[in-house]
Amino acid sequence: MSFLNFRKPTNELETGGRTAAPVHSDESEPELTCPNCHKSIPVSRLWANLNTCPCGHHFRISARQRIRILTDRDSFREMDGDLRSRDPLSFAGYQEKLETARISSSETEAVICGTAEIMGNKCCFFAMEPSFMMGSMGTVVGEKITRLFEYALEHRLPVIGYTVSGGARMQEGLLSLMQMAKTSGAVKRHSDAGLLYIVILTDPTTGGVTASFAMEGDIILAEPGATIGFAGARVIEQTTRKQLPKGFQKSEFLLEHGFVDAIVPRKDQRQTLGDLLKLHGGETQ
Amino acid sequence: MSRTAFDRVKIARDPKRPTGLDYISGIFTGFFELHGDRRYADDPAIAGGLAYLNGRPVTIIAIEKGHTTKERTRRSFGAPKPEGYRKALRLMKQAEKFHRPVICFIDTSGANCGFGAEERGQGQAIAENLMDMMTLNTPVISILIGEGGSGGALALAVADRVWMLENAIYSVISPEGCASILWKDPQKADIAAENLKITASDALTLSVIERMIKEDDLGQPSFYAGIRELLTAELAVLEKNDHLLEDRYERFRRIGKGI
Repeated sequence: MSFLNFRKPTNELETGGRTAAPVHSDESEPELTCPNCHKSIPVSRLWANLNTCPCGHHFRISARQRIRILTDRDSFREMDGDLRSRDPLSFAGYQEKLETARISSSETEAVICGTAEIMGNKCCFFAMEPSFMMGSMGTVVGEKITRLFEYALEHRLPVIGYTVSGGARMQEGLLSLMQMAKTSGAVKRHSDAGLLYIVILTDPTTGGVTASFAMEGDIILAEPGATIGFAGARVIEQTTRKQLPKGFQKSEFLLEHGFVDAIVPRKDQRQTLGDLLKLHGGETQ
Repeated sequence: MSRTAFDRVKIARDPKRPTGLDYISGIFTGFFELHGDRRYADDPAIAGGLAYLNGRPVTIIAIEKGHTTKERTRRSFGAPKPEGYRKALRLMKQAEKFHRPVICFIDTSGANCGFGAEERGQGQAIAENLMDMMTLNTPVISILIGEGGSGGALALAVADRVWMLENAIYSVISPEGCASILWKDPQKADIAAENLKITASDALTLSVIERMIKEDDLGQPSFYAGIRELLTAELAVLEKNDHLLEDRYERFRRIGKGI
Protein backbone atom coordinates (compact mmCIF):
# COMPACT_ATOMS: atom_id res chain seq x y z
CA MET A 1 0.00 0.00 0.00
CA SER A 2 2.36 2.66 -1.23
CA PHE A 3 -0.13 5.43 -0.69
CA LEU A 4 0.32 4.96 3.03
CA ASN A 5 3.89 6.19 2.84
CA PHE A 6 6.01 9.01 1.50
CA ARG A 7 3.67 11.90 1.96
CA LYS A 8 4.74 15.30 3.06
CA PRO A 9 3.51 16.24 6.52
CA THR A 10 0.33 18.19 6.02
CA ASN A 11 -0.23 19.44 9.53
CA GLU A 12 1.50 19.91 12.83
CA LEU A 13 0.57 16.49 14.19
CA GLU A 14 2.41 14.76 11.41
CA THR A 15 5.44 16.96 11.79
CA GLY A 16 5.79 16.11 15.43
CA GLY A 17 2.43 16.35 17.06
CA ARG A 18 0.66 18.55 19.48
CA THR A 19 1.99 17.74 22.91
CA ALA A 20 0.17 18.09 26.17
CA ALA A 21 3.31 19.13 27.98
CA PRO A 22 6.68 20.40 26.84
CA VAL A 23 9.27 17.70 26.37
CA HIS A 24 12.07 18.22 28.84
CA SER A 25 14.01 16.14 31.31
CA ASP A 26 13.14 17.24 34.77
CA GLU A 27 14.54 15.12 37.60
CA SER A 28 11.39 15.54 39.65
CA GLU A 29 9.04 14.65 36.82
CA PRO A 30 6.65 11.74 37.41
CA GLU A 31 7.51 8.54 35.63
CA LEU A 32 5.57 5.47 34.59
CA THR A 33 6.95 1.95 34.47
CA CYS A 34 6.23 0.18 31.22
CA PRO A 35 4.60 -3.22 31.87
CA ASN A 36 6.36 -4.59 28.80
CA CYS A 37 10.02 -3.45 29.02
CA HIS A 38 9.87 -2.53 32.74
CA LYS A 39 11.74 0.71 32.13
CA SER A 40 10.69 3.96 33.74
CA ILE A 41 9.61 6.63 31.29
CA PRO A 42 9.03 10.31 32.09
CA VAL A 43 5.37 11.16 31.60
CA SER A 44 6.17 14.03 29.26
CA ARG A 45 8.16 11.71 27.02
CA LEU A 46 5.27 9.25 26.97
CA TRP A 47 2.96 12.06 26.04
CA ALA A 48 5.14 13.30 23.24
CA ASN A 49 4.96 9.75 21.95
CA LEU A 50 1.10 9.52 22.04
CA ASN A 51 1.34 7.49 25.25
CA THR A 52 3.37 4.72 23.74
CA CYS A 53 6.65 3.42 25.16
CA PRO A 54 9.76 3.42 22.94
CA CYS A 55 9.59 -0.41 23.23
CA GLY A 56 6.26 -0.31 21.39
CA HIS A 57 3.91 -0.83 24.32
CA HIS A 58 0.69 1.15 23.91
CA PHE A 59 -0.63 2.58 27.15
CA ARG A 60 -4.39 3.01 27.48
CA ILE A 61 -5.63 6.48 26.65
CA SER A 62 -8.93 8.23 27.19
CA ALA A 63 -11.63 8.78 24.60
CA ARG A 64 -10.94 12.54 24.61
CA GLN A 65 -7.26 11.90 23.96
CA ARG A 66 -8.18 9.75 20.97
CA ILE A 67 -10.39 12.51 19.62
CA ARG A 68 -7.56 15.00 20.00
CA ILE A 69 -4.98 12.72 18.39
CA LEU A 70 -7.12 11.58 15.48
CA THR A 71 -9.56 14.25 14.40
CA ASP A 72 -8.80 17.52 12.65
CA ARG A 73 -8.47 20.41 15.05
CA ASP A 74 -11.82 21.76 16.28
CA SER A 75 -13.73 19.48 13.90
CA PHE A 76 -15.31 17.22 16.54
CA ARG A 77 -18.96 17.90 17.39
CA GLU A 78 -20.21 15.73 20.21
CA MET A 79 -23.65 14.12 20.00
CA ASP A 80 -25.89 12.84 22.82
CA GLY A 81 -23.36 13.81 25.49
CA ASP A 82 -26.24 14.40 27.88
CA LEU A 83 -27.51 10.79 27.98
CA ARG A 84 -27.09 9.25 31.42
CA SER A 85 -27.79 5.79 32.82
CA ARG A 86 -30.64 5.73 35.29
CA ASP A 87 -30.19 2.36 36.97
CA PRO A 88 -33.19 0.75 35.24
CA LEU A 89 -33.08 -2.45 37.32
CA SER A 90 -32.37 -0.78 40.68
CA PHE A 91 -29.27 -2.96 40.87
CA ALA A 92 -27.53 -3.02 44.27
CA GLY A 93 -24.63 -0.52 44.36
CA TYR A 94 -25.00 0.62 40.73
CA GLN A 95 -25.90 4.25 41.45
CA GLU A 96 -22.73 4.64 43.52
CA LYS A 97 -20.64 2.96 40.82
CA LEU A 98 -22.00 5.34 38.19
CA GLU A 99 -21.26 8.34 40.38
CA THR A 100 -17.69 7.17 40.99
CA ALA A 101 -17.19 6.52 37.29
CA ARG A 102 -18.46 9.99 36.38
CA ILE A 103 -16.07 11.60 38.81
CA SER A 104 -13.02 9.50 37.94
CA SER A 105 -13.48 9.75 34.17
CA SER A 106 -15.01 13.25 33.96
CA GLU A 107 -17.39 11.73 31.42
CA THR A 108 -21.11 11.02 31.57
CA GLU A 109 -20.89 7.55 30.00
CA ALA A 110 -18.52 4.95 28.57
CA VAL A 111 -18.61 6.15 24.96
CA ILE A 112 -18.24 9.53 23.29
CA CYS A 113 -19.93 9.99 19.91
CA GLY A 114 -20.03 12.75 17.37
CA THR A 115 -19.12 13.98 13.93
CA ALA A 116 -15.59 14.90 12.96
CA GLU A 117 -13.16 15.30 10.13
CA ILE A 118 -10.09 13.13 9.75
CA MET A 119 -7.56 14.69 7.35
CA GLY A 120 -10.40 16.55 5.73
CA ASN A 121 -12.75 13.57 5.45
CA LYS A 122 -16.07 14.03 7.20
CA CYS A 123 -17.20 11.06 9.30
CA CYS A 124 -19.10 9.93 12.36
CA PHE A 125 -16.74 9.04 15.18
CA PHE A 126 -16.99 7.15 18.44
CA ALA A 127 -14.42 6.34 21.09
CA MET A 128 -15.10 4.24 24.17
CA GLU A 129 -13.83 5.38 27.56
CA PRO A 130 -11.82 2.85 29.58
CA SER A 131 -12.02 4.75 32.86
CA PHE A 132 -15.84 4.66 32.85
CA MET A 133 -16.63 1.19 34.25
CA MET A 134 -14.08 -0.27 31.80
CA GLY A 135 -16.07 0.81 28.80
CA SER A 136 -18.93 -1.53 29.64
CA MET A 137 -22.05 -1.35 27.47
CA GLY A 138 -25.36 -0.57 29.12
CA THR A 139 -28.42 1.04 27.60
CA VAL A 140 -26.79 4.46 27.18
CA VAL A 141 -23.73 3.12 25.35
CA GLY A 142 -26.01 1.01 23.14
CA GLU A 143 -28.31 3.94 22.48
CA LYS A 144 -25.47 6.35 21.65
CA ILE A 145 -23.80 3.91 19.25
CA THR A 146 -27.17 3.15 17.61
CA ARG A 147 -28.02 6.85 17.22
CA LEU A 148 -24.60 7.49 15.71
CA PHE A 149 -25.07 4.78 13.06
CA GLU A 150 -28.60 6.02 12.35
CA TYR A 151 -27.28 9.56 11.97
CA ALA A 152 -24.50 8.31 9.70
CA LEU A 153 -27.06 6.44 7.61
CA GLU A 154 -29.30 9.48 7.31
CA HIS A 155 -26.39 11.75 6.32
CA ARG A 156 -24.55 9.06 4.31
CA LEU A 157 -21.38 9.28 6.37
CA PRO A 158 -18.75 6.66 7.16
CA VAL A 159 -18.29 5.63 10.80
CA ILE A 160 -14.90 5.38 12.51
CA GLY A 161 -15.01 3.73 15.93
CA TYR A 162 -12.56 2.92 18.72
CA THR A 163 -13.54 0.09 21.05
CA VAL A 164 -12.30 -0.59 24.55
CA SER A 165 -14.67 -2.57 26.73
CA GLY A 166 -15.00 -5.28 29.32
CA GLY A 167 -18.29 -6.25 27.65
CA ALA A 168 -21.96 -5.81 28.46
CA ARG A 169 -22.70 -4.00 31.72
CA MET A 170 -23.98 -6.49 34.30
CA GLN A 171 -25.80 -3.89 36.33
CA GLU A 172 -28.32 -3.32 33.54
CA GLY A 173 -28.88 -7.04 33.06
CA LEU A 174 -30.95 -8.12 30.06
CA LEU A 175 -31.27 -4.52 28.89
CA SER A 176 -27.49 -4.48 28.36
CA LEU A 177 -27.64 -7.79 26.50
CA MET A 178 -30.28 -6.40 24.15
CA GLN A 179 -27.94 -3.54 23.21
CA MET A 180 -25.79 -6.10 21.39
CA ALA A 181 -28.69 -6.85 19.04
CA LYS A 182 -29.74 -3.22 18.82
CA THR A 183 -26.31 -1.88 17.85
CA SER A 184 -25.80 -4.78 15.41
CA GLY A 185 -29.09 -3.90 13.73
CA ALA A 186 -28.00 -0.29 13.31
CA VAL A 187 -24.59 -1.35 11.91
CA LYS A 188 -26.36 -3.70 9.47
CA ARG A 189 -28.67 -0.96 8.14
CA HIS A 190 -25.70 1.38 7.71
CA SER A 191 -23.75 -1.38 5.96
CA ASP A 192 -26.64 -2.39 3.68
CA ALA A 193 -26.81 1.23 2.49
CA GLY A 194 -23.27 0.83 1.11
CA LEU A 195 -21.61 2.90 3.80
CA LEU A 196 -18.18 2.35 5.33
CA TYR A 197 -17.51 1.37 8.94
CA ILE A 198 -13.92 1.09 10.18
CA VAL A 199 -13.40 -0.15 13.72
CA ILE A 200 -10.14 0.00 15.65
CA LEU A 201 -9.89 -2.49 18.51
CA THR A 202 -7.87 -1.33 21.49
CA ASP A 203 -6.90 -2.89 24.80
CA PRO A 204 -9.08 -4.53 26.02
CA THR A 205 -12.01 -5.33 23.75
CA THR A 206 -13.94 -8.29 25.13
CA GLY A 207 -17.32 -9.90 25.81
CA GLY A 208 -20.51 -8.43 24.44
CA VAL A 209 -18.76 -5.62 22.58
CA THR A 210 -16.50 -8.08 20.76
CA ALA A 211 -19.60 -10.15 20.00
CA SER A 212 -21.37 -7.17 18.45
CA PHE A 213 -20.22 -3.91 16.87
CA ALA A 214 -16.46 -4.47 17.43
CA MET A 215 -16.45 -7.39 14.97
CA GLU A 216 -18.85 -5.87 12.44
CA GLY A 217 -16.60 -3.39 10.64
CA ASP A 218 -15.92 -3.50 6.91
CA ILE A 219 -12.33 -2.97 7.97
CA ILE A 220 -11.17 -4.11 11.41
CA LEU A 221 -7.90 -2.66 12.69
CA ALA A 222 -6.19 -3.21 16.03
CA GLU A 223 -3.61 -1.47 18.16
CA PRO A 224 -0.46 -3.55 18.79
CA GLY A 225 -0.62 -5.89 21.76
CA ALA A 226 -4.28 -5.29 22.61
CA THR A 227 -6.27 -8.05 24.30
CA ILE A 228 -9.24 -8.90 22.09
CA GLY A 229 -11.58 -11.81 22.71
CA PHE A 230 -15.00 -13.03 23.75
CA ALA A 231 -14.39 -15.00 26.94
CA GLY A 232 -11.81 -13.79 29.44
CA ALA A 233 -8.50 -15.69 29.50
CA ARG A 234 -8.79 -16.38 33.23
CA VAL A 235 -12.28 -17.83 32.82
CA ILE A 236 -11.05 -20.05 29.98
CA GLU A 237 -8.16 -21.33 32.10
CA GLN A 238 -10.51 -22.07 34.99
CA THR A 239 -13.02 -23.80 32.72
CA THR A 240 -10.60 -25.88 30.67
CA ARG A 241 -7.90 -26.29 33.36
CA LYS A 242 -5.29 -25.74 30.67
CA GLN A 243 -2.69 -23.06 30.48
CA LEU A 244 -3.09 -20.70 27.56
CA PRO A 245 -0.13 -19.95 25.28
CA LYS A 246 1.70 -16.66 25.44
CA GLY A 247 0.17 -14.08 23.15
CA PHE A 248 -3.31 -15.66 23.31
CA GLN A 249 -6.06 -13.15 22.40
CA LYS A 250 -3.54 -10.46 21.50
CA SER A 251 -3.94 -8.38 18.33
CA GLU A 252 -1.21 -10.41 16.65
CA PHE A 253 -3.06 -13.67 17.50
CA LEU A 254 -6.23 -12.29 15.88
CA LEU A 255 -4.33 -11.15 12.80
CA GLU A 256 -2.80 -14.61 12.45
CA HIS A 257 -6.24 -16.25 12.75
CA GLY A 258 -7.86 -13.93 10.25
CA PHE A 259 -10.03 -11.76 12.48
CA VAL A 260 -8.39 -8.35 11.99
CA ASP A 261 -7.29 -6.71 8.76
CA ALA A 262 -4.19 -4.96 10.05
CA ILE A 263 -2.37 -3.88 13.19
CA VAL A 264 -1.70 -0.16 13.12
CA PRO A 265 0.50 1.59 15.71
CA ARG A 266 -1.06 4.66 17.28
CA LYS A 267 1.30 7.09 15.56
CA ASP A 268 0.16 5.85 12.14
CA GLN A 269 -3.57 5.61 12.79
CA ARG A 270 -4.55 9.10 11.71
CA GLN A 271 -2.78 8.80 8.38
CA THR A 272 -4.15 5.28 7.82
CA LEU A 273 -7.72 6.34 8.58
CA GLY A 274 -7.36 9.43 6.41
CA ASP A 275 -6.06 7.31 3.54
CA LEU A 276 -8.78 4.69 3.90
CA LEU A 277 -11.51 7.31 4.08
CA LYS A 278 -10.09 8.97 0.98
CA LEU A 279 -9.91 5.62 -0.82
CA HIS A 280 -13.63 5.13 -0.13
CA GLY A 281 -14.44 8.49 -1.64
CA GLY A 282 -14.34 10.60 1.48
CA GLU A 283 -17.76 11.99 2.24
CA THR A 284 -20.29 9.93 0.32
CA GLN A 285 -22.58 12.04 -1.76
CA MET B 1 -44.94 -20.95 47.41
CA SER B 2 -43.29 -18.39 45.17
CA ARG B 3 -39.93 -19.35 43.77
CA THR B 4 -36.86 -17.17 44.08
CA ALA B 5 -34.86 -16.26 41.00
CA PHE B 6 -32.15 -18.69 42.05
CA ASP B 7 -34.70 -21.52 42.51
CA ARG B 8 -35.55 -21.02 38.87
CA VAL B 9 -31.86 -21.05 37.92
CA LYS B 10 -31.63 -24.54 39.47
CA ILE B 11 -34.79 -25.71 37.70
CA ALA B 12 -33.58 -24.30 34.38
CA ARG B 13 -30.33 -26.25 34.74
CA ASP B 14 -31.91 -29.55 35.77
CA PRO B 15 -30.49 -32.26 33.46
CA LYS B 16 -33.88 -34.04 33.58
CA ARG B 17 -35.60 -31.09 31.91
CA PRO B 18 -36.65 -31.63 28.28
CA THR B 19 -33.87 -30.57 25.90
CA GLY B 20 -33.96 -29.17 22.37
CA LEU B 21 -34.39 -32.52 20.65
CA ASP B 22 -37.28 -33.43 22.96
CA TYR B 23 -39.09 -30.29 21.79
CA ILE B 24 -38.37 -31.13 18.18
CA SER B 25 -39.83 -34.64 18.43
CA GLY B 26 -42.73 -33.45 20.59
CA ILE B 27 -43.87 -30.56 18.40
CA PHE B 28 -42.84 -31.39 14.82
CA THR B 29 -42.98 -34.32 12.43
CA GLY B 30 -40.48 -35.66 9.91
CA PHE B 31 -37.39 -33.98 11.36
CA PHE B 32 -34.39 -34.32 9.07
CA GLU B 33 -31.17 -33.10 10.64
CA LEU B 34 -28.67 -31.08 8.62
CA HIS B 35 -25.08 -30.97 9.80
CA GLY B 36 -22.06 -28.71 9.54
CA ASP B 37 -21.16 -25.10 8.93
CA ARG B 38 -19.42 -25.78 5.56
CA ARG B 39 -16.37 -23.99 6.93
CA TYR B 40 -14.81 -26.06 9.65
CA ALA B 41 -16.93 -28.63 11.49
CA ASP B 42 -20.27 -29.79 12.78
CA ASP B 43 -21.04 -28.64 16.30
CA PRO B 44 -23.15 -31.20 18.20
CA ALA B 45 -24.19 -28.47 20.67
CA ILE B 46 -26.60 -27.21 18.02
CA ALA B 47 -29.04 -29.47 16.20
CA GLY B 48 -30.64 -28.01 13.12
CA GLY B 49 -32.75 -29.21 10.26
CA LEU B 50 -36.07 -29.42 8.48
CA ALA B 51 -39.44 -30.57 9.74
CA TYR B 52 -43.18 -30.06 9.47
CA LEU B 53 -45.18 -27.92 11.85
CA ASN B 54 -48.84 -28.88 11.51
CA GLY B 55 -48.07 -29.94 7.94
CA ARG B 56 -46.02 -26.93 6.86
CA PRO B 57 -42.25 -26.98 6.32
CA VAL B 58 -40.10 -25.09 8.81
CA THR B 59 -36.42 -24.79 9.69
CA ILE B 60 -35.57 -25.67 13.27
CA ILE B 61 -32.43 -24.75 15.18
CA ALA B 62 -32.04 -26.08 18.70
CA ILE B 63 -29.27 -25.92 21.24
CA GLU B 64 -28.99 -29.46 22.58
CA LYS B 65 -27.49 -30.22 25.99
CA GLY B 66 -28.10 -33.97 25.95
CA HIS B 67 -29.38 -36.10 28.85
CA THR B 68 -26.73 -38.70 29.69
CA THR B 69 -23.24 -37.75 30.84
CA LYS B 70 -21.72 -39.18 27.69
CA GLU B 71 -24.15 -37.29 25.50
CA ARG B 72 -23.75 -34.07 27.47
CA THR B 73 -19.97 -34.24 27.11
CA ARG B 74 -20.25 -34.86 23.36
CA ARG B 75 -22.52 -31.84 23.02
CA SER B 76 -20.26 -29.59 25.17
CA PHE B 77 -23.15 -29.27 27.69
CA GLY B 78 -25.00 -27.13 25.19
CA ALA B 79 -22.28 -24.50 24.86
CA PRO B 80 -22.04 -23.84 21.10
CA LYS B 81 -18.76 -23.16 19.36
CA PRO B 82 -18.33 -20.67 16.51
CA GLU B 83 -19.05 -23.46 14.01
CA GLY B 84 -22.37 -24.07 15.77
CA TYR B 85 -23.45 -20.45 15.31
CA ARG B 86 -22.20 -20.53 11.72
CA LYS B 87 -24.20 -23.70 11.05
CA ALA B 88 -27.27 -21.99 12.52
CA LEU B 89 -26.79 -18.97 10.25
CA ARG B 90 -26.30 -21.21 7.22
CA LEU B 91 -29.60 -22.95 7.94
CA MET B 92 -31.37 -19.65 8.52
CA LYS B 93 -30.22 -18.32 5.16
CA GLN B 94 -31.36 -21.56 3.58
CA ALA B 95 -34.76 -21.04 5.25
CA GLU B 96 -34.92 -17.52 3.82
CA LYS B 97 -34.15 -18.85 0.35
CA PHE B 98 -36.94 -21.43 0.49
CA HIS B 99 -39.40 -19.15 2.30
CA ARG B 100 -39.56 -21.26 5.43
CA PRO B 101 -40.00 -19.74 8.87
CA VAL B 102 -37.27 -20.37 11.46
CA ILE B 103 -37.96 -21.67 14.94
CA CYS B 104 -35.13 -21.68 17.50
CA PHE B 105 -34.97 -23.46 20.84
CA ILE B 106 -32.41 -21.98 23.21
CA ASP B 107 -30.86 -23.70 26.20
CA THR B 108 -27.28 -22.75 26.98
CA SER B 109 -25.23 -21.57 29.93
CA GLY B 110 -23.36 -19.51 27.33
CA ALA B 111 -21.26 -19.73 24.22
CA ASN B 112 -18.39 -22.21 24.43
CA CYS B 113 -15.51 -20.96 26.49
CA GLY B 114 -12.22 -22.41 25.28
CA PHE B 115 -9.06 -21.97 23.26
CA GLY B 116 -10.50 -23.35 20.03
CA ALA B 117 -13.64 -21.23 20.26
CA GLU B 118 -11.56 -18.07 20.66
CA GLU B 119 -9.14 -19.11 17.94
CA ARG B 120 -12.03 -19.54 15.50
CA GLY B 121 -13.67 -16.24 16.41
CA GLN B 122 -16.47 -16.84 18.91
CA GLY B 123 -17.13 -13.10 19.14
CA GLN B 124 -17.16 -12.67 15.38
CA ALA B 125 -19.52 -15.64 14.90
CA ILE B 126 -22.04 -14.26 17.39
CA ALA B 127 -21.74 -10.73 15.98
CA GLU B 128 -22.42 -11.99 12.48
CA ASN B 129 -25.57 -13.81 13.63
CA LEU B 130 -26.84 -10.68 15.38
CA MET B 131 -26.32 -8.63 12.24
CA ASP B 132 -27.68 -11.09 9.72
CA MET B 133 -30.67 -12.26 11.75
CA MET B 134 -31.83 -8.66 11.94
CA THR B 135 -32.44 -8.64 8.19
CA LEU B 136 -33.29 -12.31 7.63
CA ASN B 137 -36.36 -12.01 5.43
CA THR B 138 -38.49 -14.77 6.93
CA PRO B 139 -40.36 -15.02 10.24
CA VAL B 140 -38.24 -16.10 13.23
CA ILE B 141 -39.58 -17.27 16.59
CA SER B 142 -37.16 -18.14 19.40
CA ILE B 143 -38.13 -19.99 22.56
CA LEU B 144 -35.91 -20.09 25.64
CA ILE B 145 -36.54 -23.52 27.16
CA GLY B 146 -33.92 -23.60 29.93
CA GLU B 147 -30.87 -21.41 30.29
CA GLY B 148 -30.52 -18.30 28.17
CA GLY B 149 -26.89 -17.48 28.78
CA SER B 150 -25.76 -14.11 27.45
CA GLY B 151 -24.51 -13.57 23.89
CA GLY B 152 -24.49 -17.32 23.32
CA ALA B 153 -28.28 -17.32 23.67
CA LEU B 154 -28.90 -13.97 21.96
CA ALA B 155 -27.08 -15.26 18.86
CA LEU B 156 -30.22 -17.34 18.17
CA ALA B 157 -32.74 -14.86 19.57
CA VAL B 158 -32.74 -11.88 17.21
CA ALA B 159 -36.29 -12.88 16.38
CA ASP B 160 -39.76 -11.46 15.71
CA ARG B 161 -41.07 -13.16 18.83
CA VAL B 162 -39.13 -14.42 21.81
CA TRP B 163 -40.91 -16.66 24.29
CA MET B 164 -39.74 -18.17 27.55
CA LEU B 165 -40.72 -21.17 29.54
CA GLU B 166 -42.01 -20.28 32.99
CA ASN B 167 -38.83 -21.53 34.66
CA ALA B 168 -36.36 -20.57 31.97
CA ILE B 169 -33.83 -17.81 32.64
CA TYR B 170 -32.34 -15.17 30.37
CA SER B 171 -29.30 -13.27 31.58
CA VAL B 172 -26.36 -11.15 30.52
CA ILE B 173 -24.05 -13.15 32.82
CA SER B 174 -24.41 -16.22 35.04
CA PRO B 175 -25.40 -15.33 38.62
CA GLU B 176 -22.20 -17.02 39.84
CA GLY B 177 -20.06 -15.01 37.42
CA CYS B 178 -21.77 -11.79 38.40
CA ALA B 179 -21.35 -12.51 42.14
CA SER B 180 -17.68 -13.36 41.80
CA ILE B 181 -16.93 -10.21 39.78
CA LEU B 182 -18.96 -7.80 41.90
CA TRP B 183 -18.54 -9.28 45.36
CA LYS B 184 -15.66 -11.74 44.88
CA ASP B 185 -17.98 -14.43 46.19
CA PRO B 186 -19.75 -16.95 43.92
CA GLN B 187 -21.78 -18.02 46.96
CA LYS B 188 -23.76 -14.81 46.59
CA ALA B 189 -25.19 -16.07 43.29
CA ASP B 190 -28.70 -16.00 44.76
CA ILE B 191 -28.40 -12.26 45.44
CA ALA B 192 -26.97 -11.70 41.97
CA ALA B 193 -29.82 -13.71 40.41
CA GLU B 194 -32.35 -11.49 42.18
CA ASN B 195 -30.60 -8.28 41.06
CA LEU B 196 -30.04 -9.36 37.45
CA LYS B 197 -33.79 -9.82 36.78
CA ILE B 198 -33.42 -13.05 34.86
CA THR B 199 -36.77 -14.80 35.23
CA ALA B 200 -39.43 -15.07 32.54
CA SER B 201 -41.72 -12.69 34.39
CA ASP B 202 -38.86 -10.16 34.73
CA ALA B 203 -38.15 -10.43 31.00
CA LEU B 204 -41.86 -9.94 30.30
CA THR B 205 -41.95 -6.83 32.51
CA LEU B 206 -38.85 -5.46 30.76
CA SER B 207 -40.54 -6.11 27.37
CA VAL B 208 -37.63 -8.28 26.30
CA ILE B 209 -39.98 -11.20 25.55
CA GLU B 210 -43.59 -11.45 24.32
CA ARG B 211 -44.83 -14.56 26.07
CA MET B 212 -44.30 -16.81 29.07
CA ILE B 213 -45.24 -20.46 28.56
CA LYS B 214 -46.67 -22.34 31.55
CA GLU B 215 -44.99 -25.61 32.33
CA ASP B 216 -47.49 -27.44 34.53
CA ASP B 217 -47.55 -30.27 31.99
CA LEU B 218 -43.87 -29.93 30.98
CA GLY B 219 -42.81 -32.73 28.64
CA GLN B 220 -46.35 -34.16 28.28
CA PRO B 221 -48.04 -34.51 24.86
CA SER B 222 -50.47 -31.74 25.85
CA PHE B 223 -47.51 -29.43 26.56
CA TYR B 224 -45.99 -29.91 23.11
CA ALA B 225 -49.43 -29.68 21.47
CA GLY B 226 -49.95 -26.35 23.19
CA ILE B 227 -46.66 -24.96 21.83
CA ARG B 228 -47.50 -26.35 18.37
CA GLU B 229 -50.75 -24.39 18.35
CA LEU B 230 -49.07 -21.23 19.64
CA LEU B 231 -46.39 -21.43 16.94
CA THR B 232 -48.91 -22.12 14.18
CA ALA B 233 -51.08 -19.18 15.19
CA GLU B 234 -48.15 -16.80 15.60
CA LEU B 235 -46.59 -17.72 12.25
CA ALA B 236 -49.92 -16.98 10.56
CA VAL B 237 -49.77 -13.48 12.07
CA LEU B 238 -46.11 -12.91 11.14
CA GLU B 239 -46.57 -14.10 7.58
CA LYS B 240 -49.22 -11.47 6.97
CA ASN B 241 -46.92 -8.73 8.25
CA ASP B 242 -45.63 -6.55 5.41
CA HIS B 243 -43.29 -4.71 7.78
CA LEU B 244 -41.63 -7.77 9.28
CA LEU B 245 -38.06 -6.44 9.19
CA GLU B 246 -38.96 -2.91 10.27
CA ASP B 247 -40.86 -4.38 13.22
CA ARG B 248 -37.97 -6.69 14.12
CA TYR B 249 -35.55 -3.76 14.08
CA GLU B 250 -37.93 -1.71 16.20
CA ARG B 251 -38.42 -4.62 18.62
CA PHE B 252 -34.78 -4.21 19.68
CA ARG B 253 -34.40 -0.52 18.84
CA ARG B 254 -36.88 0.59 21.48
CA ILE B 255 -35.00 -1.10 24.35
CA GLY B 256 -33.24 1.72 26.13
CA LYS B 257 -34.51 4.34 23.70
CA GLY B 258 -36.34 6.47 26.23
CA ILE B 259 -33.32 7.27 28.36
